[in-house]
Amino acid sequence: MKNAETEVVTFNNVGLRYGADREVLSDVSFTLYPGSFYFLTGASGAGKTSLLKLLYLAQRPSRGMISMFGTDVITLPRTRLPAFRRRLGVVFQDFRLVPHLSAFDNVALPLRVSGVREADLHKPVTDMLDWVGLSHRSDAQPATLSGGEQQRVAIARAVIARPDMLVADEPTGNVDPDMALKLLRLFEALNRLGTTVVVATHDVHLLRKVPESLIMRLDKGRLSDPTGALRYPPRREIMPRDDDGQADDFGFAL
Amino acid sequence: MPWVIAIMVALTVIAAAGGLAMHNLAVTAQSELSGGATVQIVEASPTERNRQAQAAEILLAQHPAVASLRRVPDAELEQLLEPWLGTGSGPGLSTVSGAASDTDAIPVPALIDVRLRSAVTPGDLDSMRRLVAEQAPAARIDAQSSWLRPVFSAISSLQWLAFALVMLLGLTSGAAVWLASRSALGANRDTIEVVHLLGGTDSQIARIFQRSIALDATLGGTVGLLMGLAAVLLLGRQFAGLDSGMVAGGGLTGFDWLVLAAIPMVGIVIAVLTARLTVMLALRRML
Repeated sequence: MKNAETEVVTFNNVGLRYGADREVLSDVSFTLYPGSFYFLTGASGAGKTSLLKLLYLAQRPSRGMISMFGTDVITLPRTRLPAFRRRLGVVFQDFRLVPHLSAFDNVALPLRVSGVREADLHKPVTDMLDWVGLSHRSDAQPATLSGGEQQRVAIARAVIARPDMLVADEPTGNVDPDMALKLLRLFEALNRLGTTVVVATHDVHLLRKVPESLIMRLDKGRLSDPTGALRYPPRREIMPRDDDGQADDFGFAL
Repeated sequence: MPWVIAIMVALTVIAAAGGLAMHNLAVTAQSELSGGATVQIVEASPTERNRQAQAAEILLAQHPAVASLRRVPDAELEQLLEPWLGTGSGPGLSTVSGAASDTDAIPVPALIDVRLRSAVTPGDLDSMRRLVAEQAPAARIDAQSSWLRPVFSAISSLQWLAFALVMLLGLTSGAAVWLASRSALGANRDTIEVVHLLGGTDSQIARIFQRSIALDATLGGTVGLLMGLAAVLLLGRQFAGLDSGMVAGGGLTGFDWLVLAAIPMVGIVIAVLTARLTVMLALRRML
């Protein structure tokens, strides 16, 4: 049975428009469950980033209802939103590292925001930088890091506080295939610990790297459900593949 | 930013010092003059003037409100009038000794400085006038404070001017900090958004700005205080050089110096509160 306590996020007939333009998201309804791994796909302009903005509470919808961790976040006073945001990890498409902070301080930022003492910061941040292969660049400013390095710092920052839900917008767009795989393994490891992971990507090869994943596809602001991700219970089904190892046609080429 | 605050604090210190000096001057002068009355014997004939002055002295000494009185000596009067009448006017003023003739003297009134036991009231003046009316009909009795009423009025205006300047400078400082905070907010908008999306509260973000502004305000306030105090000391020496009794009453007390020293601290508080308010209002527009 559906249970608000077992749902991480529920969207119900959500619509979003910017100003007087047409809706970029229309009638979007789905539920994300704890410990699930979702890919959000769709062509450019389909509304992936807008949907992610709603997920990481950067935007309120124009209509519909969103609940998060069992609480209606649409009517929630804005003073209570930070507590919800601290349960989320976000990898922004453009990384959004703080330019005047070192890699170490950028990764430490969520912990500092949560009030972790300075004495308790060093080990987890160092371990995380080590994990993403940047321990030697811990003092580097973002401007001196390559695109891939910046992306890894952004990912380390998103996962350092062990979020209940990780939202990543094209998280492997700037890294080589080996590092992309390594980062996906990090997401999977986090997912096994109970974190719900939502990765927006239009890298179709990525989808096959996480066979347990569920796929939500956006097309012109509307959601489709190629893997049954939106059903309850979610069909934890391996992505359908054809004989030559390629996934079925989800409306886009793999 | 620190230099703007330094200039504002320096100007505020100078304006406040001016206002405090005016206040002290007014208080000192008023306390000196409030219990004083002046009797003028306006009589052309030196002999008659002298007689009436002596009679007034005797009568007023018996008045219950009078604590003491003093006939202003001719030499002192001569010295007072010398800038206007020049030297050599002495004979005309020598009415006390009676050395001058009744015709060649410049008719300068005889003066009696009367000290009362408390502040002069219109009733005191009326009763003193009635007392001397018969024996010294040429006597005119006025409260000393009434002579200086226009001066006190001007001093009061200057005090209000200084107060208004201090208030305006405080407002201007607040506006400068507001603009600086808005500018810093604009320049750091991306960073603020990131901290916001990582779960940072408005207060946490505002504290970052408050710290930065507080550092600027401390630096600027210290420099401004030193500049302001230097200017005040310099002006103080200039006025002290005038050697005027009235100006001497406008010196600053220890408490006044403490007030001046507190101006940068008030400036820091205003700056920090303004920065907080600006940032909090701006953040409220974000989700």
